[in-house]
Amino acid sequence: MSEVILRLDNLTMQFGGVTAVDSLSMELNEGEIVALIGPNGAGKTTAFNCITGVYTPTNGAIYLEGRKIIANHPKRRGIKTFGGSNKKFEKDVIIRTPDKITKLGIARTFQNIRLFKDETVFDNVLVAKHMRSRQNVLTAMLRLNFKEEARMRKETKELLEMQDLYRYKDEIAGSLPYGLQRRLEIARALATGPKVLLLDEPAAGMNPNETLELSEFIRDIKEHYGLSVLLIEHHMDFVNQIADRIYVLDFGKLIAEGTPDEISNNPAVIEAYLGVDEDA
Amino acid sequence: MTNKKRIIISSALIVLLFGGLWVMELTMNTASMLFVVLKKGAIYALLVAAINLLQGFTGLFSLGEAGFMLLGAYTFAIFTIPVEMRENIYQYYDGGLVQFTIPVWAALILGGLVAAFFAFLIGFVVLKLKSDYLAIATLGFAEILRAIFQWDKLGVITNGSNILRSFPGFSSVLFPFGVVGLCLAAMMLLINSSYGRAYKAMRDDEIAAEAMGINLFKTKLQAFVISSFFAGIGGGLLAMYQLTVKASTFTAALSDELLLIAVIGGIGSITGSVLASFLYIAANEWWLRFLDQETFIGAFKIPLLRSGFRKVVFSVIIMLIVLFYRRGLMGTREFSITGIYEKITAFIKKKKAAKGGAGK
Repeated sequence: MSEVILRLDNLTMQFGGVTAVDSLSMELNEGEIVALIGPNGAGKTTAFNCITGVYTPTNGAIYLEGRKIIANHPKRRGIKTFGGSNKKFEKDVIIRTPDKITKLGIARTFQNIRLFKDETVFDNVLVAKHMRSRQNVLTAMLRLNFKEEARMRKETKELLEMQDLYRYKDEIAGSLPYGLQRRLEIARALATGPKVLLLDEPAAGMNPNETLELSEFIRDIKEHYGLSVLLIEHHMDFVNQIADRIYVLDFGKLIAEGTPDEISNNPAVIEAYLGVDEDA
Repeated sequence: MTNKKRIIISSALIVLLFGGLWVMELTMNTASMLFVVLKKGAIYALLVAAINLLQGFTGLFSLGEAGFMLLGAYTFAIFTIPVEMRENIYQYYDGGLVQFTIPVWAALILGGLVAAFFAFLIGFVVLKLKSDYLAIATLGFAEILRAIFQWDKLGVITNGSNILRSFPGFSSVLFPFGVVGLCLAAMMLLINSSYGRAYKAMRDDEIAAEAMGINLFKTKLQAFVISSFFAGIGGGLLAMYQLTVKASTFTAALSDELLLIAVIGGIGSITGSVLASFLYIAANEWWLRFLDQETFIGAFKIPLLRSGFRKVVFSVIIMLIVLFYRRGLMGTREFSITGIYEKITAFIKKKKAAKGGAGK
């Protein structure tokens, strides 16, 4: 049995009176590809935003490799809307900004591609190398960091070559075709040196052929970089191809989990997500 | 074009520029308008580039430039006024508190450091704000600073609302060119480094930049402090140029003017800022001066030309630029030797190809 690398413990996210994610507990094992599916507005992206530190969860904790990286529990007015009290945890608060989470080894892509559109493909990936570089403003200004800079450029080149993007290196990122922009965003996320990769609808807007290519691509990078992948997706074909396990969310609640086969035969899932066959 | 070639050509051009200025100074009347434009234009180039570093490369909308210039100018003046003159200048404050002087270069750098220090303090508070709110907060900071420097109780240091004077200036145009050149070079090196890339990433998309592990607050503070450092040095140079320092001249209008020049030059282009600074100063101080004088041709008085008309024409020009030339003179492009060299070689190749085609 492989080890759990990412674990959500009773994660709840409320916006005012709306509960976007409701007591979500899930696990991602090392080397696994897990899909998070659910209808629109089920809270999938909100869960991602909690994991990456964009939102501070209302309640719950997140563990990376057994270490608690994010935790929060409702206090004062929060308790009323949350509808439960856990006083003994009140002191247990760990809040991290997204850049710290990235540094810990969780990288992500975005649902609506967020590349640095006016920069070149090469610079887009090179920016991600800045985080782990050993330099300061003064050495960078005086070019005393040339060794570090050369290393960053070399690693970026290798990464782009590996992703078959190197021939586009001087193109402006915003001018690339859609599929390549998706690939570039994944490459940029890889450049931060992650252990866990979160992909938010990587196959959105792709045709079946591109989807097939993408699933092979994701498997390849997973093997090559020793990643664990958590992805949000709508295409059931794609999910069934690629995922080892599936979690299904509906209205913020976890309604099912299991292998692709189990999920596609689960009546609750069929009702909530795949739709009830009215002719039957 | 190889790296070595580029360095040789660049240094040759720099030597040529300074040599040219030197010869000009020896042969021409240094009191002429041209030298005013060169001196003031160089100083403005630094100030505008400092604004551009924030506005154009980091995406921070700050209007506090005048405040940091004030800090630089006052620091420079306070530490360089000759001791024997202090009795005279600080006449209401028993000769003031500071009774020593430091060299000019040290005072300039100290001015930059003081501005940077205050930028660090103020940035700690206001950099959590975004866009317009940041502009308002920094504007307020500059205004408060202006008021504090005129405060009677601080008179032993700042001389209250009286002017500071008698500190050393510069006689040669080479001095501001040298200092500004060094500062601009440092700025360009920063922008093209890993940190510059992080700034640009933050400008383009804060959320994505944060997901790439860039600490927004820290990086913004860094850019703010560096920009203010250069603004402080620019303030010191301006003091040297004007030979007097008075807090009431560092108004919000000054920040606006500098921001305007940055927009004319192109937000996101340092060379654009430099170009626009010289053009703006030349137009404002020299080329459009004739609009302010009542002029007669024979007995005919040319209509509209009178004191203040220059400002009207100037405003119209600026409106035209903003309306039809929104990205400024340079946009986000930079003027570079490599770029020009490539253009020329491409042009020559094209010509040759055309000739070869005709020959067949």
